[in-house]
Amino acid sequence: MLDRPSAPGPELPEQPGETDTHSGLVFDIKRYAINDGPGIRVTIFLKGCPLSCRWCHNPESISPRVQKLYSANKCIGCGECVRICPMHACELTPEGIVTDRSICIACGECANACPALASEMSGRYESVTDLLEVIEKERPFFDQSGGGVTFSGGEPLLYPAFLIEILDACGQRKIHRTIDTSGLAGTKNLLEVAKRTDLFLYDLKLMDSEKHREWTGVGNERILQNLQALAKTGAKIQVRIPLVKGVNCDEDNIEATASFVASLPGPAKTISLLPYHNVAGGKSAKLGQTYEPGLMTTPDEKDLAEIVARFADHGLSATIGG
Amino acid sequence: MDKVTDKSTTPERKAAREGNFYPECSNEIGPGMNDRIRRLRKLSFETQPSLSIERALHETAFYKENFGKYSTPVLRALNFLDHCKKKTLYLGDDELIVGERGPAPKVVPTFPELTCHSVEDFNVLNTREQQRYTISEEDIATYASEVIPYWQGKTIRERIFGHVPAEWLAAYEAGLFTEFMEQRAAGHTALDGRIYQKGMLDFKKQITAEIEALDYLNDPAATDRFEELTAMAISCDAVITFAERHAELAEELAANEPDPQRRAELNNIAEVCRHVPANKPRNFHEAIQMYWFVHLGTITELNGWDAMNPGHFDQHLAPFYEAEVAAGTLTREQAKELLCCFWIKVNNHPAPPKVGITARESGTYNDFTNINIGGIKTDGKDGVSEVSYILLEVIEELHILQPGNSVHISSKTPDRFLHAACKVIRQGHGYPSVFNPDIYVTELLRQGKTLQDAREGGCSGCIEVGAFGKEAFLLTGYLNVPKVLEITLNNGIDPVTGKRAGIESGDPREFTSYEQLYKAFNKQLGFIIDTKIRVSNYIDRMFAKYAPAPFLSVVIEDCISTGKDYYDGGPRYNTNYIQCTGLGTATDSLSVLKKHVFEEQNFSMERILDAVAKNFEGEEFLRQTVLNKTPFFGNNDDRADDIAMQIYADLLAAIDGKPNVRGGVFHLNMLSTTCHIYFGKVMGATPNGRLAGKSISDGTSPSHGADTHGPSAVIHSLTKLDHTMSGGTLLNQRFLPSLLKRDEDITKLGQLIRSYFTMGGHHIQFNIVDTATLKAAQACPEDYKDLLVRMAGYSDYFNDMNADLQQEVIERTENESF
Repeated sequence: MLDRPSAPGPELPEQPGETDTHSGLVFDIKRYAINDGPGIRVTIFLKGCPLSCRWCHNPESISPRVQKLYSANKCIGCGECVRICPMHACELTPEGIVTDRSICIACGECANACPALASEMSGRYESVTDLLEVIEKERPFFDQSGGGVTFSGGEPLLYPAFLIEILDACGQRKIHRTIDTSGLAGTKNLLEVAKRTDLFLYDLKLMDSEKHREWTGVGNERILQNLQALAKTGAKIQVRIPLVKGVNCDEDNIEATASFVASLPGPAKTISLLPYHNVAGGKSAKLGQTYEPGLMTTPDEKDLAEIVARFADHGLSATIGG
Repeated sequence: MDKVTDKSTTPERKAAREGNFYPECSNEIGPGMNDRIRRLRKLSFETQPSLSIERALHETAFYKENFGKYSTPVLRALNFLDHCKKKTLYLGDDELIVGERGPAPKVVPTFPELTCHSVEDFNVLNTREQQRYTISEEDIATYASEVIPYWQGKTIRERIFGHVPAEWLAAYEAGLFTEFMEQRAAGHTALDGRIYQKGMLDFKKQITAEIEALDYLNDPAATDRFEELTAMAISCDAVITFAERHAELAEELAANEPDPQRRAELNNIAEVCRHVPANKPRNFHEAIQMYWFVHLGTITELNGWDAMNPGHFDQHLAPFYEAEVAAGTLTREQAKELLCCFWIKVNNHPAPPKVGITARESGTYNDFTNINIGGIKTDGKDGVSEVSYILLEVIEELHILQPGNSVHISSKTPDRFLHAACKVIRQGHGYPSVFNPDIYVTELLRQGKTLQDAREGGCSGCIEVGAFGKEAFLLTGYLNVPKVLEITLNNGIDPVTGKRAGIESGDPREFTSYEQLYKAFNKQLGFIIDTKIRVSNYIDRMFAKYAPAPFLSVVIEDCISTGKDYYDGGPRYNTNYIQCTGLGTATDSLSVLKKHVFEEQNFSMERILDAVAKNFEGEEFLRQTVLNKTPFFGNNDDRADDIAMQIYADLLAAIDGKPNVRGGVFHLNMLSTTCHIYFGKVMGATPNGRLAGKSISDGTSPSHGADTHGPSAVIHSLTKLDHTMSGGTLLNQRFLPSLLKRDEDITKLGQLIRSYFTMGGHHIQFNIVDTATLKAAQACPEDYKDLLVRMAGYSDYFNDMNADLQQEVIERTENESF
């Protein structure tokens, strides 16, 4: 099982710049991203999330700290990491390297020494300046496609000051900005970010707060309030719903979701349905965790068609896939 | 935050069956727009290629009787005429476009004057697993008694190998380069629009006028010109005779045809064949048949590489189509049916079988006719017409190996056409490939073509460009760039054989700087290229003198007015290309040595060379380090890309502008076709971690698996090279179907292409297929008979590939996980 916090995740910074610095902890950068907003985009994934959804396929995105990932299938058993680790946390076993995570300080020496990329560090602090350089390199593709940059996570709003600074810089450069958010953030921060954002991809998982807590570790009150507040500003919003059969595909939840989205103020919202696939297992193993899909399964085509129809009943256009 | 990846497991085969243009067909005979086309396609698709010895027997008898009586061009033309008079004709049920090179579809003649197959060659061709050509024991026996004894020792191939210098042979046998023209004539020829304006009788008038104007008093070449022009006139008669025989056959069949509709069709075929190619075509049907007779003439006269190519076929046919549709004499469906018939005709013509090293480096039935679609017209305007869209439908619906095809996307090409083309690309047949006229017109201008001639240009076979209808642009063979580095690292010795293959360029263990290493590599490069050029020039003269192509010369501009053969500098432009392969492998290997030996001293040169020599056995730590901790080409990393730019510049310096013997010069090309597989086989391991025998990188694509930052980074790296200095670059990108599921994904693929082209890319092609499908195809080939995948510059059936090629396709970077 994922090690899920019982409390609603890390503290949510209320004022820009209060708790974060002007850099963000990035765990991935994806180019030719075609599912994260209009056009051809570059998506920057920030590490750390106040939710810990059980189906999360990027479990390394949850912790807001640098983490070590290990892939046994890449390991050639050279033992370089064992020799170099300052904490003596690595041990070479017949099953590969075992890292004692209770003493590992995530210094990254093992990853530096590993010739085979079996040990890797997830998460690197990136400055606004460096990331702008990465984003600017993709400009020829933005120009042709009307694309731009997407900040995703984790939860990008864990880094409000960083986010505001980089969004402003992108705005000055006329680069289209998309924020992909769980919605669990300080409302003031969200609204500040909204002033600098061209499109929100806003996740809705479950309408029942208790169930939401059961499956994601937190209640959904703030998420729903934030979505209403955001909608009031007239922000352009695409609502994204990860569809996990056994969790949120039931009629009640879909109906509640549809009527909630339909009731939102502002311009019409589009719905994007993301069917769950059991791909998280491999990544959990890299973190030294196990993953139990349990009752979670993939909705079939019939389920999807029914869900699309239900949204249509509320005048909402839902499409499958980001 | 929670992201649920919409990971597709849908194999591409499903998408292909769904079709973009038409609903899935439920008949038992496969795809096609109507029953006629389905039957023709089925026959073409299912017929096993076989060999015919008829042409060889005619030719041998003719040579025995006539050799020595005529000048070489006239002898060649009379030989061609003799065969056209005697050859077995074929006019199949359902056919609207007629004519076969052999006696029936997929039956291939031999060309003993160039390469005379031995009994052993035939036995291999008859029984090998891939690219089999069947031939009866009786025919082999006849060949052994009639053909082989006459040609033995007289073929172009034997004469070339009898002449080449020792250092050429050493480099050739080491696999440092290949030589295209050692067993086939130079081809890669495409036509402009002249044959739709002039018939053979018009060409003959022009030839007669040139003969009358010959100045025997002041022109020392007048006699040679007379012989060549006379040969051209005879060859015009040959194709007219060939067409008239088809008219007679059609009339004969019509007389006995009970079905009135077919009888009318046969009578129409007879009328068409009486009119073209003698005269210029009057309508759409005649225009296609005109081209087809010219095509057959050129590939029967000689065995040229890359068959023959109509060039901008849609542009040539559009005026006929538009006039007839306006007049109400042709419907869109009829036009499409005729184009389908033509498409199947091309598919009926597998490449004549190769032997030796050439068979190893070009393992395919594909004869590389590449139909150019879209592009720009000679006035610079957009060339897309309704015919272009019909051709996309034909490609999509017929789903056959040949002809190859490409779309040409200039800044003026409408998005609608690009989108329609991307939909066909999504089907995963490997077609069409995508070219950028805005760049290749600049390439051709730099080579000295006029603006109009450059705009008429395009791609003839794989990715090489030339001025259609006005140029002989000969591919002379591939250069194995990583192998040049391999012999540099061994001071000129080929480590695979232990034999000397290059010059002494110094012991790399004694080099103290990267610059010293690179200088040695560049010195070796210069030597190998000069060695190749030397023999290439010799071969060019062999063809000019002993294997001229008078009929091809009729249809390539300026040959008539200069009275010179296509192979003898007759065309307006005369280029020799050397195709350099393995830029990625060479770059990455140099990058490893630069970083790990000279900059960071992680490993000594000695240690890396020893590890490479033992194929990294016991050196997995070193191999993983170089694989994972080195800047590689294709990631928009200047540390590697700068090395690629340097190699590219030095290849250019060593090749570009060197004179050939036809009044033109050599130019650089960055093409590989399937040669990177053969080149990999003749190499040991390389410093970039590549194991011995594995294929090297293709074209200008990154090494397999080296590009880890997605297609946009690949494009950045590629466009650091100035494509306009070459005659073609090649970028292979493998996309999995999941990246192309929705209509907007198709749009984004189009935008990716536009981005690459705006940044200066020459060509890009996509393999849309997932690994699971490919592995399933390997395990259960019979279920995947129609799985076409993109190789380098063409598509091939996955099942027809050998295990190495299949593995290579599987290993190419999967773009899904970047």
